[in-house]
Amino acid sequence: MSDVFNIDGREVPFTPGQTVMQAALTAGVFIPHLCYHPEFKPHGSCKLCTVKVNGQPASSCTLPAAAGMEVESNTPEILDKRKMLLQMLLVEGNHFCPSCEKSGHCKLQALGYELEVMTPHFNQFYPNRPVDASHHDVLLDFNRCILCELCIRASAEVDKKNVFALSGRGITKHLIVNAESGRLADTDFALADKAAQVCPVGVILPKRVGFAVPIGQRRFDAAPISAHVDEFVPVAPARQGERQ
Amino acid sequence: MPEALATIVTEVVDKHGRDGTRLMQILREVQEVHGWLPPAAITAIAAAVGWPRARVESTAGFYSFFHTQPRGRYRVLWSDNITDRMLGNMALMDAMCKKLWLEPGRVSEDGLVSVDTTSCTGMCDQGPAVLVNYRAIPGMTPERVEHMTELIRKQVPVADWPAEWFAIQDNVRRADILLDNDMAPGVALAACFARGPADSLLAASNERSWREGVHTHSQGPSATLDEIKKSNLRGRGGAGFTTGIKWEACHHAPGETRYVVCNADEGEPGTFKDRVLLTRQPDLVFEGMTVAAYVVGAAKGYVYLRGEYRYLLEPLNAVLSRRRQQGLLGRGIGGQPGFDFDIEVHLGAGAYVCGEESALIESLEGKRGVPRNRPPYPVTNGFLNQPTIVNNVETFAAAALVAAKGGDWYRAFGTAKSAGTKLLSVSGDCARPGIYEYPFGVTVAQVLADCGAADTQAVQVSGPSGVCLADNEFGRRIAFEDIPTAGAFMVFDRSRDMFEVARNFTHFFAHESCGFCTPCRVGTSLLKNLMDKIADGHGTQYDLNEIYKLNQLLQMAAHCGLGHTACHPLFDTMEKFRPAYQRRLKSLEFEPAFDLDAALSQARQMTGRDDAGAHLESAEEAAK
Repeated sequence: MSDVFNIDGREVPFTPGQTVMQAALTAGVFIPHLCYHPEFKPHGSCKLCTVKVNGQPASSCTLPAAAGMEVESNTPEILDKRKMLLQMLLVEGNHFCPSCEKSGHCKLQALGYELEVMTPHFNQFYPNRPVDASHHDVLLDFNRCILCELCIRASAEVDKKNVFALSGRGITKHLIVNAESGRLADTDFALADKAAQVCPVGVILPKRVGFAVPIGQRRFDAAPISAHVDEFVPVAPARQGERQ
Repeated sequence: MPEALATIVTEVVDKHGRDGTRLMQILREVQEVHGWLPPAAITAIAAAVGWPRARVESTAGFYSFFHTQPRGRYRVLWSDNITDRMLGNMALMDAMCKKLWLEPGRVSEDGLVSVDTTSCTGMCDQGPAVLVNYRAIPGMTPERVEHMTELIRKQVPVADWPAEWFAIQDNVRRADILLDNDMAPGVALAACFARGPADSLLAASNERSWREGVHTHSQGPSATLDEIKKSNLRGRGGAGFTTGIKWEACHHAPGETRYVVCNADEGEPGTFKDRVLLTRQPDLVFEGMTVAAYVVGAAKGYVYLRGEYRYLLEPLNAVLSRRRQQGLLGRGIGGQPGFDFDIEVHLGAGAYVCGEESALIESLEGKRGVPRNRPPYPVTNGFLNQPTIVNNVETFAAAALVAAKGGDWYRAFGTAKSAGTKLLSVSGDCARPGIYEYPFGVTVAQVLADCGAADTQAVQVSGPSGVCLADNEFGRRIAFEDIPTAGAFMVFDRSRDMFEVARNFTHFFAHESCGFCTPCRVGTSLLKNLMDKIADGHGTQYDLNEIYKLNQLLQMAAHCGLGHTACHPLFDTMEKFRPAYQRRLKSLEFEPAFDLDAALSQARQMTGRDDAGAHLESAEEAAK
């Protein structure tokens, strides 16, 4: 029984150092996630990938896989919690799918369909988050930010620019850019940056290419997000345990 | 940037060696001179420490006591723990705002003053308390509000305010082995050195080989560790981890250097015993840290002191410099070659979550106080990724006693499973609030009798994240095996509304959530809104069910203890004091949070109407 664990009754092999999430995705088992990205270190903040391991809750993206683990993922109890987390994200920001350029490409929306989120359920927070259209090539629409920190990580680790960071705390936590003016135009951000390509929702939008792919023919229009599992398989060797 | 500000920034960053990990102290010191942190100052600090500007802004934006907007030359913050509320802080704050023509949270038009609330400032036995420009003032009265308002209007510097306002009482009501201790500085260390021949230490010619000697064959540190293990001392910060195991793990962990950190971020509402320990027994605390350094082989120690206790910084630094002169800190402590250790006090800036040890370490490194993913744990990967022990103030004080008098002596106090004594911070409805030190095993009823509590309805033990006990549970004991506690003991008599107690705690958690994980960031605010909805008379059974569901989610998915425990006070009070909730509920199955009549209030104000026809309900009745 070495280097195998069990997820919802299915055997999943793993290599030492892999997380439960990495091993599951590699084996073709989809676990919902937003802050996880195959090219970056696990983050563990969105909590959508929460599973139960031997009866104890854990974030599958940060938990190192171990032989013989009994992992529950798609149980009614856990699916219900994931649905609540999505609803929390939907009321925390201002999400208007029908008018959003990212509709059909958006992981938050796709997971909403996957987990059958029919309403936001909670009262909306309606935060005031002005957009930043200062940059020549990119629009920043903070209304949709889910605080997954992928742009922050991409800009720091890949682009070596540190264009993004978080400020505030609790429900007032928000994305900021690396400029005294607070404007993206006053940073060295460029459309070709990795940070411009990792947003799972519709915050970082390239200008002048709106609706280039018609709604109905987009990534998650064709197949639900769980069918895209092969796109989330880790590309780099597992780097669990590293800290910046 | 104005030249004056540029000079301040340069002086401060140079003082701290332009080291980014010292960012918290840099930001605080600049703000103490300038009043707030203008964008240009953030840019200059970032350039000086070589960090991206956004990262400096990120840290500055995390802590309640750092301001990236002007907050007035006088910033008055009212401690808003439930005990302050019970002492009438809201009426006093309102009176102050009226006198100053201010709304809470707003800065006056002339930029002179702002008045707001803040989380518990640790003066629960002498409230209502305020912080004025981050200096603690307890015992507020209507007269004092009057006088203070006048001084602010006349722009008298806070340093020239009546000195007696700043006097903080210790209120020690029951002292035992810790608070009664009169051991001379250095005695515990001498006992450590006497305990085992430090053969390898004497042979060591430099720090590194001394440290390598620690975990190979040096007997002195091992013998002291054995005493700590024998004492069965457990952490006093709430979690109760066995101190000897923690120290041993750090002692064995590979690393270039090691750190000893004292957690004096006493943020749990209702707790103030670390303040008193640091006031009355600072030598014992520092000695305990030095003993720990001797055991694990650390060269540097930090006291993470909560920003609310800013006034303790100078006295503590004075004790540290005296200990340096006494040869109890610095190089070759006690004549032991290679035993080099020093302690520095690091001030926090208003973030309860930094009491969590990994968040505390992040904050020590100049970052946002966000709990880390664990494992790895601080004992192997702590401050600057080096092996680090983080212990509570009281734990270090107890460890010094153990080092001096031995593990067997210590474990004779308390119960079989909970060795030693515990300091309780008693506040609320009782005649004698203050600090009570008891051997573990004391009953809640005994504490209530000693503090002069009468007609007690409930006791909240260990603060909002602890448990709420009803009168049928007062026979239970303060001990790890029954009711573990970090020290808070808040008493509520039968005149108190337990719903309001829970609501106050819910606001606290929402304010203090770091915002890292979704369930806590959004969930604590949803809980706050639900409790406010019930308080406003719009609650139904549906809302109680929602609280129940949110609790399940937070328990299951939150990143750290703050989220896991955020529902505890609601749950305890809902279960034990159900009428307090039920009498607020409307009998309807569903009740919208939106109040149509309240929404018309703005229109009433604008039109100057307040007759019956301008109110929804009376208009409806008239129509019938």
